[in-house]
Amino acid sequence: MARLTAENVTIAAEIIARYPVPRSAMIPLLHLAQEQDGHLTDDAMEHIAELIGVMPAEVLGTASFYEMFKLEPVGEYVVNVCTNISCMLQGGEELLHHLEKKLGVKAGSTTPDGKFTLEDVECIAACTEAPCLQVNYRYFHRVSDYAAEVLIDDLRAGRKAHEVPRHGTLSRIRQRIPADRRAGVALPDDPREPVWLARDRSDDEESA
Amino acid sequence: MSDAHDDRRGQIPAIVSSRWGLDQSWTLDAYRRSGGYESLRAALAMTPAQVTEEVKTASLLGRGGAGFPAGVKWGFCPPGVFPRYVVVNGDESEPGTYKDRILMERDPHLLIEGVLITCYAIGATQAFLYVRGEMALAQERIAHALNDAYGAGLVGRGILGSDFSVDVVLHWGAGAYIVGEETALIESLEGNRGMPRLKPPYFPAAKGLYMQPTVVNNVETLANLPWIISNGGAKFAELGAERSLGTRLFAVSGHVENPGVYEVEFGTTTFRELLYDDDYGGGIRLGHELKAFIPGGASAPWFYPEHLDLPLEAGVVGAAGSMLGSGAIVVMDETTDVVKAAWRIVRFFARESCGKCTPCREGTSWLEKILRRILDGHGRPEDVDKLLDICDNISPAIAWPPRQTTICPLGPSAVSPIASAVLRFRDEFAAYCGGTAEVTVPITGKAYLSTPDTVGARR
Repeated sequence: MARLTAENVTIAAEIIARYPVPRSAMIPLLHLAQEQDGHLTDDAMEHIAELIGVMPAEVLGTASFYEMFKLEPVGEYVVNVCTNISCMLQGGEELLHHLEKKLGVKAGSTTPDGKFTLEDVECIAACTEAPCLQVNYRYFHRVSDYAAEVLIDDLRAGRKAHEVPRHGTLSRIRQRIPADRRAGVALPDDPREPVWLARDRSDDEESA
Repeated sequence: MSDAHDDRRGQIPAIVSSRWGLDQSWTLDAYRRSGGYESLRAALAMTPAQVTEEVKTASLLGRGGAGFPAGVKWGFCPPGVFPRYVVVNGDESEPGTYKDRILMERDPHLLIEGVLITCYAIGATQAFLYVRGEMALAQERIAHALNDAYGAGLVGRGILGSDFSVDVVLHWGAGAYIVGEETALIESLEGNRGMPRLKPPYFPAAKGLYMQPTVVNNVETLANLPWIISNGGAKFAELGAERSLGTRLFAVSGHVENPGVYEVEFGTTTFRELLYDDDYGGGIRLGHELKAFIPGGASAPWFYPEHLDLPLEAGVVGAAGSMLGSGAIVVMDETTDVVKAAWRIVRFFARESCGKCTPCREGTSWLEKILRRILDGHGRPEDVDKLLDICDNISPAIAWPPRQTTICPLGPSAVSPIASAVLRFRDEFAAYCGGTAEVTVPITGKAYLSTPDTVGARR
């Protein structure tokens, strides 16, 4: 399908420039590709390989390790229900089953209209707010069965668009390092001692 | 509780949670209005060695799980070897743990200030802030905070007009619990599958990111540094007890009246206070009784009512056969099906095993399947002993601290819930499996062998 757009190539270059070794930009670039297409396409992964100078198989190798990277299309909204211990104790499994009924699909699958993918996930760090879920990685705390139904209806009707961007978009704010403020990357083969440490040592020597 | 005790509690400062209630607490304005970045200024007036000395005086234990003293960790960087990196571990994923996310969402500048102080002290010329992938809001807040901090001359070249320069780069993960292990996190930051490296030789302080000296610290750990620099390490060390000094965040979840994240004095506060006091957990939910609680995240051996009077002190909890881990306390009342609870935790480890080491990859999935079979009503009388035999293969003698047959502690962690549930609640397993749930595998971990009569709970 799609390689990265010209706009995203510019963003990618900015990201790569922040790392001492281009390969370190792999995961951020995979997120960028997923933001563009909703999931990871072969073309995008090949494009990333070109941008950071590795083999396409290495990009796939990394991508396939991580839960959040989707190698197949998923719904516009990925609904992740936590069923780990703290949520299990507060009805997380029941919430998941309720959503399975509401959406008419089992956990791990996507509704026929391509709107929702339902997932049974591990702890998402909202344990004191159990049971909890995320939609496209936006949190919903202490979710009752009723609240979950309302949430799905709202999402379907587009009433949550300001709160929940479409799948693939994580941070809607990008880090920008202004050129005049940039300290620069610390290359692994640059053995120079930082000036403020060297200053400290020479002070010691003087006082000694 | 005595009045004297209450008075003391009233005097405990909020070291890392003081801004959580402020309006727009995550903004640079709110941060600076409440004294933010003054500690950085103070640190820059000190020598890097003096900064490190303050942190050593504070005896700040790492708040991520392993509980290693931060100042000592910094000292492991081999002298004269550069460049050095600082990597922030914001990959909070241990079941029950919820405190780094709040810190990152509500007080990102506090973390950034802590990172800058660390870079200055150890002579790091670049820092990476690795935030868990699923935490979109934390990523937004940190990106926003970094952009503002760069704009204000607080990060980047010539910080606050000094010769201290460092870029802080926001990086984020993509969903893998194992990446919370520091060498796996470094692998992930290098663009690889997040699989742990063997220690030795790959101790990050010596051979970390790009094989260079790297300090990996947890979010909450770093958030303590501004206070330590402003108030002095000695002042910090006046709080707490024994090895556990300062304050610490604990997430109390499960069957309590008031689940929440509480900053309490480390080392002196007891589990009973944290679970039952109205200021904190507020007691077991109405009309129910405590059955068991997990004191330090899903990897920790369980505690029972006889452990309630233990203080939240790393050494004491360790000696009792468990750990404070990542500050996650999960409370289970008498309605809890412990077989199911153990299964759910083991399923987590089975799903999150990276697959590098055979005992973990195979062992965790066998454990999960057998427990699932038991829950589905197809358990066999010998299954309980079989579960423990597999545990013994992953972590010999089912000891505490756990012995490892694997590169990292994930595999041995799966042993904790099983040994905890089986030994204390054997009748529940027998009810599922038939027979008497006989156990022949030798077990040495102290918490697993605890009984309701154990008085060792008292200090």
